[in-house]
Amino acid sequence: MNFIEARKLVHEYIRRDEEDNVESILTALDQVDLDVKQGEFIAVLGHNGSGKSTLAKHLNVLLTASGGTLWVDGKDTANADNLWAIRQNTGMVFQNPDNQIIASVVEEDVAFGPENIGVPTPEIWKRVEHSLKSVGMIKYREHSPNKLSGGQKQRIAIAGVLAMEPQCIVLDEPTAMLDPNGRREVLEAVEQLNKEKGITVILITHYMEEVIHADRVYVMDNGKVVMQGSPRSLFSQVDTLKSYRLDVPQITLLAYELRKAGLDIPEGILTRQELVEALCQLY
Amino acid sequence: MSIILDKVNYIYSEKTAYEIHALKNINLKIEDGEFIGVIGHTGSGKSTLIQHLNGLMHASSGGIYYNGQDIYDEDYDRKKLRGKVGLVFQYPEHQLFETTIFADVSFGPKNQGFSKKEAELKAFTALRSVGLPEEYWYRSPFELSGGQKRRVAIAGVLAMEPEVLILDEPTAGLDPRGRDEILDQVAKLHEERHMTIILVSHSMEDVAKYVERLIVMNQGSVMLDGTPGEVFAHYQELEAVGLAAPQVTYLMHDLRKRGILVPGTATTLEEAKEAILQIFKK
Amino acid sequence: MLRDITIGQYYPVDSVIHRLDPRTKLMAAMLYILSLFVFRGWAGFAAVTLGLVLVIVLSRVPFGYMVRGLKAVVVILVLTVLFNLFLTPGETLAEFWKLRITWEGLKNAGFMAVRLTYLILGSSVLTLTTTPNQLTDGMEKALGPFNRLHIPVHEISMMMSIALRFIPILIEETDKIMKAQLARGADFESGNLIKKAKSMVPLLVPLFISAFRRANDLAMAMEARCYHGGEGRTKMKPLRYKRADIAAYLLSAGYFAGVVALRIIW
Repeated sequence: MNFIEARKLVHEYIRRDEEDNVESILTALDQVDLDVKQGEFIAVLGHNGSGKSTLAKHLNVLLTASGGTLWVDGKDTANADNLWAIRQNTGMVFQNPDNQIIASVVEEDVAFGPENIGVPTPEIWKRVEHSLKSVGMIKYREHSPNKLSGGQKQRIAIAGVLAMEPQCIVLDEPTAMLDPNGRREVLEAVEQLNKEKGITVILITHYMEEVIHADRVYVMDNGKVVMQGSPRSLFSQVDTLKSYRLDVPQITLLAYELRKAGLDIPEGILTRQELVEALCQLY
Repeated sequence: MSIILDKVNYIYSEKTAYEIHALKNINLKIEDGEFIGVIGHTGSGKSTLIQHLNGLMHASSGGIYYNGQDIYDEDYDRKKLRGKVGLVFQYPEHQLFETTIFADVSFGPKNQGFSKKEAELKAFTALRSVGLPEEYWYRSPFELSGGQKRRVAIAGVLAMEPEVLILDEPTAGLDPRGRDEILDQVAKLHEERHMTIILVSHSMEDVAKYVERLIVMNQGSVMLDGTPGEVFAHYQELEAVGLAAPQVTYLMHDLRKRGILVPGTATTLEEAKEAILQIFKK
Repeated sequence: MLRDITIGQYYPVDSVIHRLDPRTKLMAAMLYILSLFVFRGWAGFAAVTLGLVLVIVLSRVPFGYMVRGLKAVVVILVLTVLFNLFLTPGETLAEFWKLRITWEGLKNAGFMAVRLTYLILGSSVLTLTTTPNQLTDGMEKALGPFNRLHIPVHEISMMMSIALRFIPILIEETDKIMKAQLARGADFESGNLIKKAKSMVPLLVPLFISAFRRANDLAMAMEARCYHGGEGRTKMKPLRYKRADIAAYLLSAGYFAGVVALRIIW
C-alpha cells in the first residue's frame, strides 16, 4: 500500500441559511485520487480556490471527507481513533508564518508538538536541537519569533513539525507570503529534508519554479485532479496549464515559444542549463 | 508635474538603541507619466520610501516637492496630497470594511469631501476600470475571491482619482493568472490615462515586462536607477546584495559565454526570443 | 507610536532575575504590588524605590526600554494625579477658578503617581524577564489546586500566553490598517466624540476580521500539531525550584515584612 492513498475523495462545503436549510454546496474536492509513495516529493499545483488547500487539510485530518476514502500510512482517516497518530506522522506547515507560531521563544515553539504528544523532557531537548539544526535555525533558538524574517519563521514552523518526527510533511503554500530570498530558504530546507532524511514531502503551491524538483506533480482545478506527471511532462503542455490559470517558468515558456517559431529544441525544458545545451546543439 | 526628493533621510526610533537609518540621502525625480519599478529585498527601505511620497511618513530631514510645492510647508494640505498620490499597500484587501463593495470604494472620495453623488460616480468609474463585473458591486466585499478583493481595494484608491498610483507588491499571494490580470490592468491605467505608476515588486520578471524605469533600493539608498536593461546589466552587483536579474538575462550571458553571440541585453521573454531567433534564423 | 508598548514583551538577556522560577517571580511581584499599597511615609517610599531599583538593575533590562511601557498608561496616570490633586480636602495651597490644590492633595497625588508608576514598572520587570510561556507555566502550576474546583487552569493559561504572543502582531496590524485608511483620506483625529467614534469603524472592522482569521488559523495549526488540551502533556522546561529561588523567596518575604514594619513604626 502507498503511504497516502486517496480514492474518490470528496469534500463539500455546505452553506446553510438561518433555518438550517441548505443554501449552497461547494464541492471543493471532487473524486480525487492521490497516490504518494514513502519518500516521494510531490507537488500539488492549482490556482487559488482550486481545492488544493482543502486536500492538504484532509491529509492531516483537519477536515474529514464527505465521500470516498483516504488512507495515510495504512490508517483510515475516517476512523477517529487514528486521528492523533496520523497528525503526528503527517506534519503540516501553513501559509501565514505568524499564525502558526504559538510560543514567544523559538525553541519553546518547536517544543510545542512534542509536548502535546507527551515526549519526555530530555528527549524534547534533543529533538528541538536536532530539528532547529536541520533547518539551520539553531542560532536563533532563544530569539523571539516576532523579529525574524518570513523565511526564518517558516523554517521554525518546519522545525516544529520535524520535532514530532513525522514521516511526511504537507506544506500548504508555505512561500506565498515570502520574498524571493525567503522562498529560496524554505525550499532548500524542504528539499534537503526530502533528500537526506527521506521524509515524504507534499508541497502545495502556485509558484511554478518550485515544482521543478518534484518527483511528480498533480494539477488541480475545480476540485478535480486534472493533470499529473513529471514536471517535464507537465511543462511541455503550456497551453493546457494556462487554461487552468497557471503558468510555466520563464525559461520553459521561452523554449516553448522558440519551438513554436520553428527551432528544433526538445519539449519540456525546465532549466537554463538545459536550454543553453539545446541551443548549443543547434548552433 | 513631478515629485522631487531632495536629500531625504528617515530614521526610525531616533536616538534609541533601536535606531534604524531607513532612508539615506535619497535624491530622486519622478516625472509625470512615468512607469517606475522599485525593487530591493525586505528591509531595503522601499516601503518607507513610498510612504514618504504621499506624506504618510515625515522625513527626518530633507525636502519633498510635489509639482514644485514643498509638502512640508506649514500651509500645504497633506491630506489632499494623499488623494493625488494614491498608495495601495501590501495585501490591500485587509483594509476593506464596508457592507457593500460599492460603499467601500466610495469611502475615499467621500473623505475627500465630495457629495454622495459625486463619490458614487467616482466609485462607479473606479470599479469599471479594475474590471469587476457589475453584478458584484452591491455584495459584501468579504464574499469575493482573493484576487477580486484586491481589485476592489485598488479601486478604492483609484476612486480618489490620483495623479500618481503607488502599488506595494500588488500581486503578493495571487496565482499566476490573478497576477497577470492585476498587472495588465495597471499597465492599462498607465497607457490610457497616462497615470504615473510606481510599482514595488519582488519579481524581476514582472518589473522587466512592465516598467520603463527601475529603481533599486539597498540598505536605505538608491543603488541603481535606469531602464530595466541598464539596471539588469549590473546583475553581478544585484546578486551581491541578494537580488537577481530575470532568468532570460542570465540565459543571454550563458549563451554568449558559449560562443553564441546573441545581440543586446534581453530582460523580457519577447526580447530574448527575438535575439535568439535573429541568430538562429539566418 | 503604538509599537512602543512594552508591557508583555520579553526582553531576552541572561540575568539572575531571568533565571528565577516564574512562580517565584509571580509571588515576588505580588508581594511587591501589595507593598506599594502598604507603604507610607518617606521611609516606606525609600524602601519600595530601593526594591525596584535593585530588581531593575539585576534584571539587566535597559531602563529606557522599560520606561517606554509607561507611555501606554500616561492618560490614566495623569487623570489619577489630577483627581487626587484637586479633590482632596485639606489645607489650601493654591486656588484658581473653582479648583483648589491642597497640601494633602499634592502629597496624595505624588504618592499615587509613584504607586502607579512603580506598579507598572514592577510588573513589567516580571513580563520582561519571563517568557509568556514560562509565565503561564508558572501560573498553571501555582494555580494547579484550582483544577479540582473544575476551573480550566491549563486552558486559561494557554489563552493568556497566546494573547501575549499576538499583542505585538495585532499592534503592528493596527498601525498598518490605520495607514492604509489614512491613504484613503480617512481622518482619525478631527471632529467631536461621535464623529471620532464613527471614524474608528474603518479601523476596527478590518482589525476584528483579521483577529478572527488569525485565531482560526492558529487553532488549526495547534490542532495539526496534536494539541488536545493539558491532558498527557509533557514540558520542555518543567518548573523546578533552585537555590536562587529559595533565596528570592526569603528576600521578598523579608522585604515585605520590612515595608510593613516601617509602616507600623512610623
